[in-house]
Amino acid sequence: MREGLRWRLLIAVFVLMVGVVYALPSLPMIGNSPIKKFLPEEKVSLGLDLQGGIHLLLGVDVDKALSNNLSLMGQDIRAVARDEKIFILQPRVVQGEKLEFILLKSSQKEALDALLEKSFNRLAMESNLLDNNKVRYTLTYTPEYKKYVSDLTLDQAVKTIRNRVDEFGVAEPDIRKQQGYRIQVQLPGLSDTERAIKIIGKTAHLEFKMVREGVDPEKADKGIVPPGTEALKQLHRNPDGTYTESVIVVDKNVALTGDTITDARVAYDDFNKPYVIINFNSTGARRFEELTGASVGKRMAIVLDGKVYSAPVIQEKIRGGRGSISGSFTTEEAHDLAIVLRAGSLPAPVTILEERSVGPSLGQESIDQGVMATLVGGALVMLFMIIYYGFSGLIADFVLMMNIVLIMAGLAAFGATLTLPGIAGIILTLGMAVDANVIIFERIREELRRGLTPLKAVEEGFTSATLTIFDANVTTLLAAIILYQFGTGPIRGFAVTLSLGILASMFTAIFCARIVFNLWINGKPGRKLSI
Amino acid sequence: MGLSIIKPDSKIDFIGLRKITLVLSLVVLLLGVGSLVIEGGPKYGIDFSGGVLAQVRFDNAIEPQEIKDSLAQSHLKGLSVQRFGEENNEYLLRISSTGDLDKRLPEILKAEFGQNIPDNGFSIQRLDMVGPKVGADLRAAAIEALYFAVLLIAIYISGRFEQRWFTAGIMAAGLATGLYLLDLVGAPKQMQVLIAMLLTLGICWKLKLNYALGAVVALIHDVAITIGVLSLLGKEFDLTIVAALLTIVGYSLNDTIIVFDRIRENIFQRTAPTYGEVINKAVNQTLSRTLLTSGTTLLVLLSLFFFGGGIIHDFALTLLVGVLVGTYSSVFVASPVLFAFSPTEIPEPEVESHNHADGTV
Repeated sequence: MREGLRWRLLIAVFVLMVGVVYALPSLPMIGNSPIKKFLPEEKVSLGLDLQGGIHLLLGVDVDKALSNNLSLMGQDIRAVARDEKIFILQPRVVQGEKLEFILLKSSQKEALDALLEKSFNRLAMESNLLDNNKVRYTLTYTPEYKKYVSDLTLDQAVKTIRNRVDEFGVAEPDIRKQQGYRIQVQLPGLSDTERAIKIIGKTAHLEFKMVREGVDPEKADKGIVPPGTEALKQLHRNPDGTYTESVIVVDKNVALTGDTITDARVAYDDFNKPYVIINFNSTGARRFEELTGASVGKRMAIVLDGKVYSAPVIQEKIRGGRGSISGSFTTEEAHDLAIVLRAGSLPAPVTILEERSVGPSLGQESIDQGVMATLVGGALVMLFMIIYYGFSGLIADFVLMMNIVLIMAGLAAFGATLTLPGIAGIILTLGMAVDANVIIFERIREELRRGLTPLKAVEEGFTSATLTIFDANVTTLLAAIILYQFGTGPIRGFAVTLSLGILASMFTAIFCARIVFNLWINGKPGRKLSI
Repeated sequence: MGLSIIKPDSKIDFIGLRKITLVLSLVVLLLGVGSLVIEGGPKYGIDFSGGVLAQVRFDNAIEPQEIKDSLAQSHLKGLSVQRFGEENNEYLLRISSTGDLDKRLPEILKAEFGQNIPDNGFSIQRLDMVGPKVGADLRAAAIEALYFAVLLIAIYISGRFEQRWFTAGIMAAGLATGLYLLDLVGAPKQMQVLIAMLLTLGICWKLKLNYALGAVVALIHDVAITIGVLSLLGKEFDLTIVAALLTIVGYSLNDTIIVFDRIRENIFQRTAPTYGEVINKAVNQTLSRTLLTSGTTLLVLLSLFFFGGGIIHDFALTLLVGVLVGTYSSVFVASPVLFAFSPTEIPEPEVESHNHADGTV
């Protein structure tokens, strides 16, 4: 019995020590002091609702990527076929999921079939002979290839966003894939939501297109443009910061895309106006040189996400793979444009499905209020226990404090995040943790009334209360587990602290409190219990 | 020995009070349901309905009407302005739709406030935007969570109280099949949860799982009344409220389990001749514990309610109501239901394989 007590005491002290060691770094005054190098590195991390920051849920428009991919493949097929002297009519994407084109001579069907089988066999193919000696081809995604392209799109989008966030300079960003082609982005400590969204959400699809001159702007505005061209909006920045738009007509065919950009930087012209310098890789540089060489004196439109930023006249052949984008930006806009160009374009447009941002001052207020509520609630409960149960109440208070230490340690050790509802969970556990003590104490009182000696009453009380306590807590634990599954961010924090609190309270009330009781009565079986 | 709020030998006739408490429960329940019917269902916050919520703090006090007037030009859909906290300078602005906004709310606020109330600076403390798709997803997730909570806890208590895990297993299988079929025919999720609860009640009754029946009735009673009270107070349902409701689902059983355990123990020891007396005795024996733990929990919740700040206010309120109702129901609902479905005479002790550690030997 005494031997057993010694062992139990050792275990309890050990657990308490480990708890203290893990809980300490999370206290601000310890975490920033020299002692911290002797302590574990894990700290309780604060949720966005406590430290301020931005939570975004982005939906990736995978359908758009699928359709784009089909369109690119169509161009590829046409080019490859032309090399083989097989001529097909302009391929087009129907309803975003079918690629259709027409083979001019049915005699070449076998050759084209072989070519498609060789190089484009990831698409399902169907061909119909038409009356006029032509063949219509319809190519569609196989389910596997569709999934492959979709997953790839999502991966690329995550990578691009991560690049942009890194370029933007956020400490400890959290970017992860979610079900249904969604991306969750968490940016702690960031308060300029508008700018973050502009940087993350911009597709940044850069294209260079040749301007078609001499089209009536009024007609173009109504969408009447020569074949092979399209009307785009050009942005002009007014001195007061607003934008006006005008119509500009450009070739539909893309002269050069931004894929080949290796670097983008902000520079200032003679009038101290910012512009963005872009560098191409060798392929891009060669094409840029060819393009500019062939089009001296013409205007080239720089199109970003379907809007024309500027359309300068090409003065001369540009060598060395360096270009510039001027477009009367503010310095911040130029800086942000450079970031997105450097980080690469998103493979598909993203939309913001959910956004939650908390300013840093509100986060600090929440912490202060949470701490205040915890202190007041804890003090009330502790006071009550002492008044009601005397010295036994003091024991309950002691294990209650141990309980809090263990919750903090658990949070730190598991790398869990403390949120405002999480603090509420701790407060709630304070009230519920003494429940276990109350069950035991009430039972001991009952046993004492039945005339048992204090030692016997304590033994009896603890033994018979153990399973009841376990039972009473299981359903709350079940609810907490479901909450964890269901909840996001802040709610999860609540589920975590609630579960940790319940587990810790069972350990402290049943295991640790009993040791204290045993030590208290040990050797003095006749001692009167203060309960 | 220290203080006692309840005399050790209290003999309150709880079962005798059951008619009065039944009427009381029904009245509160009907008030809540009535309020829900009048409002046309629970009032969803932006988490579930989609929309934008901005917590805006002004430098100086301002009237809500002034805010509304200054935003009149923007034609924000379903704009509501609600005071936040004690002072007159912090407000929650809500708009119901995100779809037709071509500009973001912060930009609009900046432009409109800057023009119309230029001498009162402001800052956006918190901004929540939930798109309609995510709102629908969250709604489905919340209902699914409630459903799983009911299912898991129904299984646990039927197995736990009756020691008939096999029967509990059958019940779970029945529930799961029933709901799978409902899902196949495309019944709405809300309906599924409702049917799940009714099914649970029906199965408990049919399989004579009386303890489980009492516990589930008490559980539904607690959640329904809490929802009703929230609706009466005009509170919005959002994610944190659902979290609080789920916590109540878990916590409400806590007291019930303790009381029921005592009842079983007393039946086992045949401490009184009739069910009514046994149940009364058990409730009296556990009464001080029931009141004490609910008391400490209420203490901390009151602290959270008063000091925890505005964001957590409704969450604390929901838990407060739930814990109060849960305490009441474990005494005045669960036990009377058990009584109503029990025979008057206690039968000869059944052969029970199980020997509970909480039964005094």
